[in-house]
Amino acid sequence: MNLSKIFKNAFLVIVFGLIVTACATKKSVKTTTESSSTTTTTKAAETQKADPIEKLDALMQGDVYIGSDTVGELASGVPDRVFFATNETILTTASRETLRKQAAWLRQNSNVTVVVEGHADERGTREYNLALGERRANAAKDYLMTYGVSSDRIKVLSYGKERPVDSGSNPLSWSKNRRSVTVKAN
Amino acid sequence: MKKILFLVFLIYSILKPSISFSLVEIDITRGNLDPMPISVSPFFSNDDTNDKIKNILNINDLGLEISKVIENNLEKTGLFDAIEREAFLQKPDIAHLKPRFEDWSLIKSQVLITGKVATKIINNKDYINVEFKLWDVLGAKFVDGFSLTTTPRSWRRVGHKISDKVYERLTGESGYFDTRIIYVAEEGPKTQRVKKLALMDQDGFNTKYITLGNELVLTPRFNPADDKIITYMSYFRNDPRVYIVNLQTGDRKVVGDFRGMTFAPRFSPNGQKLIMSLAKDGNSEIWVRDLETNLQEKLTDHPSIDTSPSYSPDGKYITFNSDRSGYQQIYVMRSDGSNVKRISFGKGIYGTPVWSPRGDLIAFTKLHKGRFFIGVMRTDGTGERLLTENFYQEAPSWSPNGRVIIFYRETKTDKKGSGFSAKLWSIDLTGYNERLVKTETDASDPSWSPLLKN
Repeated sequence: MNLSKIFKNAFLVIVFGLIVTACATKKSVKTTTESSSTTTTTKAAETQKADPIEKLDALMQGDVYIGSDTVGELASGVPDRVFFATNETILTTASRETLRKQAAWLRQNSNVTVVVEGHADERGTREYNLALGERRANAAKDYLMTYGVSSDRIKVLSYGKERPVDSGSNPLSWSKNRRSVTVKAN
Repeated sequence: MKKILFLVFLIYSILKPSISFSLVEIDITRGNLDPMPISVSPFFSNDDTNDKIKNILNINDLGLEISKVIENNLEKTGLFDAIEREAFLQKPDIAHLKPRFEDWSLIKSQVLITGKVATKIINNKDYINVEFKLWDVLGAKFVDGFSLTTTPRSWRRVGHKISDKVYERLTGESGYFDTRIIYVAEEGPKTQRVKKLALMDQDGFNTKYITLGNELVLTPRFNPADDKIITYMSYFRNDPRVYIVNLQTGDRKVVGDFRGMTFAPRFSPNGQKLIMSLAKDGNSEIWVRDLETNLQEKLTDHPSIDTSPSYSPDGKYITFNSDRSGYQQIYVMRSDGSNVKRISFGKGIYGTPVWSPRGDLIAFTKLHKGRFFIGVMRTDGTGERLLTENFYQEAPSWSPNGRVIIFYRETKTDKKGSGFSAKLWSIDLTGYNERLVKTETDASDPSWSPLLKN
């Protein structure tokens, strides 16, 4: 009986290991592509600094916001938000770095609970955006959990497009609004 | 919530409608560029009645006010052109008894509406009695009419009921004037909008606020089987959920007991079920809850976003939008969740499908090349027709007769991010007659009531 239990556990460990490896492989592939595109954009931005469109490029990678305007802090040196591409819920390299910082801080401050608020830009129907905001907030939550924050410390709340942080009607404003913000709940 | 005053009784029809009449009927199936000239003679009332009504309602000439309600309703359809009162040759009281048709055809009127207002006391309470007649000027004959008695404060509804009767006789379709719109009233800066539920008559009068603005409220919708019941989504206590409210009693209850966020609610045609989305762990699915048995069931099962469900009027099908193909598209399934079929295949993304009360069309929002459209398509996805294009607009809702669509439109802000507004608009199914629907504040998420009962 004990033996079978051991086998069972061993089997689970192996399966789990495989899953983790699979995820890790996938992630590392993505990271490579993303970081290579980062390099290109930065280079392009550096060569033509005077051009206002290039300035916009420096604030957006693809259509993901990479600037610091509107970004607050969950704690000192820990940014409170991550940004998304249009209709997307994939976490960028920069987003993952931010979330790892959040997770590290949350591990150190184990009494803190948070609400992850998911938001969308105004260029979608209200109900779809509510769902999209929920998906984005959960993408952030899942990542925090991967880095050791237990799910009962993270509440998810979608605002859809109801609480834009920037009231502009242009691609840059929209990129700031497609976000998930980690807010202290206690 | 304050109890809504409603009509007390419909006493009698003056005469049976004449079976054949030579009246020119209006074809409303295509855009009408040649509206029918119509005269609404001010409804007549004697001095004694006027004094009494002035005491009760503080209105000097109620008959004139009722005729204005009718005129305004009919003109807004785009099908009628009301002739100016100053041109009328015959006095209202005599016209109501027996019109001199030559006088009305001289001013090019094809149709004439006359009426009379009187007061009545029943069980020591004041009532008004309104009599109305519809005349065919060309055929020189009486067409239809009725008389009804109601509480004085419901006088606008009398005008709406008369408008419905006229519309029905002249177009052959049921009217949509004795109805209300529930919507979200908006105020404040774009980044911190305060939203309240608001209810108004279809023509923008008698606005009442149902919530105070303490919490975010979204997407109110009427129960198509009961004009006193609505459903909506509220962020009460930061816990976004679907609620049902009885507008008459103010009774409010949360729908179901779900872990996760419930949103996008709509009633089934008979009002016994509610469909909505449940978002949980990053996935939104469509659920149905039986409001009588309290049984709930998941209808979709897909890792994509499935939302904005709407029943067909026979209750057998549900249309919804899903991004399972990669982008938001419109699907139709049986109401038990089986037989899911994608129906939108045009360019762009499609959302907010809403089944027409006639059953033959689905209205939707479409985003293509950065522009938003309200359109309709047949229930199999063929015959797509875009009715209106703008920077941002969505959330179509049908008039109960399926001829008009109301929706909301938001403006593009300027470089400083100011100049934002949200307004209600209506448009004919034909794509003609686009009109701003006036509201006291900014407004969004309109839902059209069924024809009011009582």
